[in-house]
Amino acid sequence: MGSGRWSAGVIPYAEMGYWRPDYEPKDSDVLAAFRITPQPGVPPEEAGAAVAGESSTATWTVVWTDRLTSYENYQGKCYKVEPVPGQENQFIAYIAYDLDLFEEGSIANLTSSIIGNVFGFKALKALRLEDMRIPPHYVKTFQGPAHGIVMEREYLGKFGRPLLGATVKPKLGLSARNYGRVVYEALRGGLDFTKDDENINSQPFMRWRDRFLYCMEGVNRAQAATGEVKGHYLNVTAATMEDMYERAEFAKELGSVVVMIDLTIGYTAIQSMAKWARRNGVLLHLHRAGHSTYTRQKSHGVNFRVIAKWMRLAGVDHIHAGTVVGKLEGDPNSVRGYYDTLRLDKVEADPVKGLYFDQEWASMPGTMPVASGGIHAGQMHQLLHYLGEDSILQFGGGTIGHPMGIAAGATANRVALEAMIKARNEGRDYLAEGPEILRAAAKHSRELDIALSTWGDITFTYESTDTPDVVETPVSV
Amino acid sequence: MRITQGTFSYLPDLTDEDIAKQVAYALDQGWPCSVEFTDDPHPRNSYWEMWGLPMFDLADPAGVLYEINECRKAYPDRYIRLNAYDARYGRQTTALSFIVQRPADEPGFRLDRTETSDRRVRYTLHPYALDRPEGDRYGAGR
Repeated sequence: MGSGRWSAGVIPYAEMGYWRPDYEPKDSDVLAAFRITPQPGVPPEEAGAAVAGESSTATWTVVWTDRLTSYENYQGKCYKVEPVPGQENQFIAYIAYDLDLFEEGSIANLTSSIIGNVFGFKALKALRLEDMRIPPHYVKTFQGPAHGIVMEREYLGKFGRPLLGATVKPKLGLSARNYGRVVYEALRGGLDFTKDDENINSQPFMRWRDRFLYCMEGVNRAQAATGEVKGHYLNVTAATMEDMYERAEFAKELGSVVVMIDLTIGYTAIQSMAKWARRNGVLLHLHRAGHSTYTRQKSHGVNFRVIAKWMRLAGVDHIHAGTVVGKLEGDPNSVRGYYDTLRLDKVEADPVKGLYFDQEWASMPGTMPVASGGIHAGQMHQLLHYLGEDSILQFGGGTIGHPMGIAAGATANRVALEAMIKARNEGRDYLAEGPEILRAAAKHSRELDIALSTWGDITFTYESTDTPDVVETPVSV
Repeated sequence: MRITQGTFSYLPDLTDEDIAKQVAYALDQGWPCSVEFTDDPHPRNSYWEMWGLPMFDLADPAGVLYEINECRKAYPDRYIRLNAYDARYGRQTTALSFIVQRPADEPGFRLDRTETSDRRVRYTLHPYALDRPEGDRYGAGR
């Protein structure tokens, strides 16, 4: 680098060493793929270099104090910029960061670095973090899921099928005693879990302690009625860590197998609760409340696959990750990418699924993906096909809205699920024959029969907002 | 009551033909099968008695079905389950587990409550069958 690099004033980021097309990323580098939309007149390489600079060492002008450091080591390096297929003026900028930039085991530090400053940068119209490669060297500094999928299944004694859940409805207004009734009915009818909604914390109509007591009465009654282990995700989300610890301790003392937190509590609080959950043998469920504010729009924000990766590192056992067929956003290929990211030990880059990098999890246990929102028993073949066996299928309205009652709704879902697993294992083409398999199962189950005639035809077919940009055409289900 | 542990308890009881198909699926996946029995169906009873060792080298579903039927003959009044085990790296746990025999009469569980302070209740799940000694809990001899 010539002496011009150190002249006082403003020089392009690309000329300050942040554009390094010759750079070969190291195995230990943290890699990021950003979708950039430069302002008119800004070359993509300069925009990529600017992102690399602003997410690492740079400021807007030359500073002589850089020369007191081995600055090349600390500079983010944009090593590749590619146009996005089919999108005007959008590019994927690949940036490598030395491991030395990050504090061990801290999602807060990782995110403050990578997304801390750069998203409001004026030279870019829009910026989206599409994916990250976390090297095993860094993965190993995180706790990871408090229990993971294998331990959860052994703890619950439930194998060979997705787990079933339901969120108690209505979301707001039920008294603690009425609320516990829904828990009891849904669990005794055949669900494995029931769930507080994200905004059920401790409001005037139902305080947390009262809710916990009645819910655990329901859970224990249902265990006695079925001989199975049951759980209710007791949401311990609160204003302070002290409040959350108090609620979680109480849940544990009452014998709950699981507690729940919302994404809104923040990354540090999530990591604290993950440590608490492992220390106390309680499963940790995460509701991704608020994520769509920054994950949904294609040109700006953070893709959910990155959030999924951070949350597996942070240490949650469950995370909501999309349904494909339900009422909420979720392109099938993208959702597959999220589920792979959460469950597999080695995830291979696959542009169809929106995965930009190979990701090695270095034996970190998997996080159980949860499908929730507008799904029902009549879609069981599709749910099993798209989401696989290690998942939790949550039917809120599809349980509680059953004309014969909540327990009947739960039974309908369980019969549909078991029938579909049985058919799949028998080698049938269950995706094509799904409706027929369900109708046959309904001959033995009036609950399922009624569920199918109530919801059988309900679908939510809207175009997905967020789809991978590849040659293959994204499909709607 | 009907204990609903296992993968298929909400379906009509599986026939031997149904069971053979599930076993064939498990063997196709490379999962060895094992047979276990108990007369203590408490959901926290992880260790049902093993009917021999897992059948690691057995490739024919008929062989597994034979062992199920031998176990049924020896213990006609107990719960029997079939497990398939996935030893793949990263799994190393049970992959499928379902009940293949249950006692004719399942009395179920009593829920004991111990009331403590501040409205808290300690719950204990008590299988009625456990009031009698092992081997004497279900069936005609009871």
